[in-house]
Amino acid sequence: MNTKEFQNPKLIKKIVDRLKRNKRQISLMEVCGSHTMAIGKWGIRDLLPDNIKLISGPGCPVCVTPMSIIDASIDLKDVTIAIFGDLMRVPGEKGTLELARAKGLDVRIVYSPIDALKLAQEKETVFVGIGFETTIPGIAYTIREAYEKNIKNYSVLTSLKIVPPALELLASADDINLNGFILPGHVSVVTGANAYNFLPEKYNIGGIVTGFEPADILVSVDRLLQQVEKNEPKIENEYSRIVTPDGNKHAQKIMKEILEIDDGIWRGIGKIPKSELKIRKKYSDYDAAKKYNINIEYKEDKSGCQCGDVLKGNIIPPQCHLFEKVCTPSNPIGPCMVSSEGSCAAYYKYERKQ
Amino acid sequence: MCLAIPSKIVSINGKKGIVDMGGIKKEVGLDFIPEAKIGNWILLHTGFGLEIISEKDALETIEAINEAYHVMPDEY
Ligand code: SF4
Ligand code: SF4
Repeated sequence: MNTKEFQNPKLIKKIVDRLKRNKRQISLMEVCGSHTMAIGKWGIRDLLPDNIKLISGPGCPVCVTPMSIIDASIDLKDVTIAIFGDLMRVPGEKGTLELARAKGLDVRIVYSPIDALKLAQEKETVFVGIGFETTIPGIAYTIREAYEKNIKNYSVLTSLKIVPPALELLASADDINLNGFILPGHVSVVTGANAYNFLPEKYNIGGIVTGFEPADILVSVDRLLQQVEKNEPKIENEYSRIVTPDGNKHAQKIMKEILEIDDGIWRGIGKIPKSELKIRKKYSDYDAAKKYNINIEYKEDKSGCQCGDVLKGNIIPPQCHLFEKVCTPSNPIGPCMVSSEGSCAAYYKYERKQ
Repeated sequence: MCLAIPSKIVSINGKKGIVDMGGIKKEVGLDFIPEAKIGNWILLHTGFGLEIISEKDALETIEAINEAYHVMPDEY
């Protein structure tokens, strides 16, 4: 697959030149952590004129997984705990899973939920299943497999978040000063671009589903600018090479079959109505929260970390007083610095003013 | 976290496929893209194919962009 043309410097320059002709002040939010990384990597903030601001949003599941999930995992005894690698160094109140492993907890990093299910062949296994729509279908798949094959020693401690309700929360805030959303590429593969139609319809704010190459992102900024210019907010799809209007039906089907909608707790943000998928009663044998009596609640972060404000777009990472001085990728204080796609990590890597 | 990588299907066996990721062969679940065929580029995430990438749409998108910003096809 050749995407080189989407990096063509001549094209980039022409898009930027056109963007520079516009003097309107506008703020756009990139929702997805992969976009935050791409924007940093391609130096896009520096290419844009000062009147166009890109703000990072709640874009990474690692950043919004509640502290209780980490703490509850650390407290599990005599089981294998399977996690995605990004979760290893995320601090809860009781420290990190990395520290717990050093003290003897059986923590294993898996690349796929299927690997977690395989671990259950050896020993009772709890998979800490976190993710957005991109990741959820694969996790649901393992629950169905375990159910159908009657595998008893597998369960999932879930923090499965869905993106549209978080956008709704941001869009409905009274003090919102966003002019548009750069919508996630890979979440939308599953949800479809139509999942965001409520944004223009209900909140008069537009968005564009966007790919990860520099031309993708810049063209999307230009299109959002035109929407604002004409006062015609709508949902566009720049990433049609992968994202369809209705998303992946097969993935949606398994999500619906295994999981149901509930209120969700987002780290740093709090409770967002109907923003989480939990395991249905029929499959409750595979729900670690039920199996081990785990109660997931919101905990205030006492470290002084301001990830919540970063995720809501209230501040940019350098405005956090711990950024760089105390909090760095090798000594992360909050999840946004741990996750490879967290906003603070992206700013640290690409956007520090020397 | 949900970085997804384009990769090419080199063989299929029921609901499992093998993809080539720059020389590395990996097994993927095709449960969500049962219509995938050998030779398709797919978007791969945590061991599952999430979507078939449309090469036609990729070409059309870049052509439309090049045209909108007056970039000639061979202008680099
Ligand atoms: S694609 Fe990755 S970074 Fe983007 S929203 Fe999904 S999990 Fe976050
Ligand atoms: S810089 Fe560190 S402490 Fe501050 S918000 Fe980011 S992760 Fe939290």
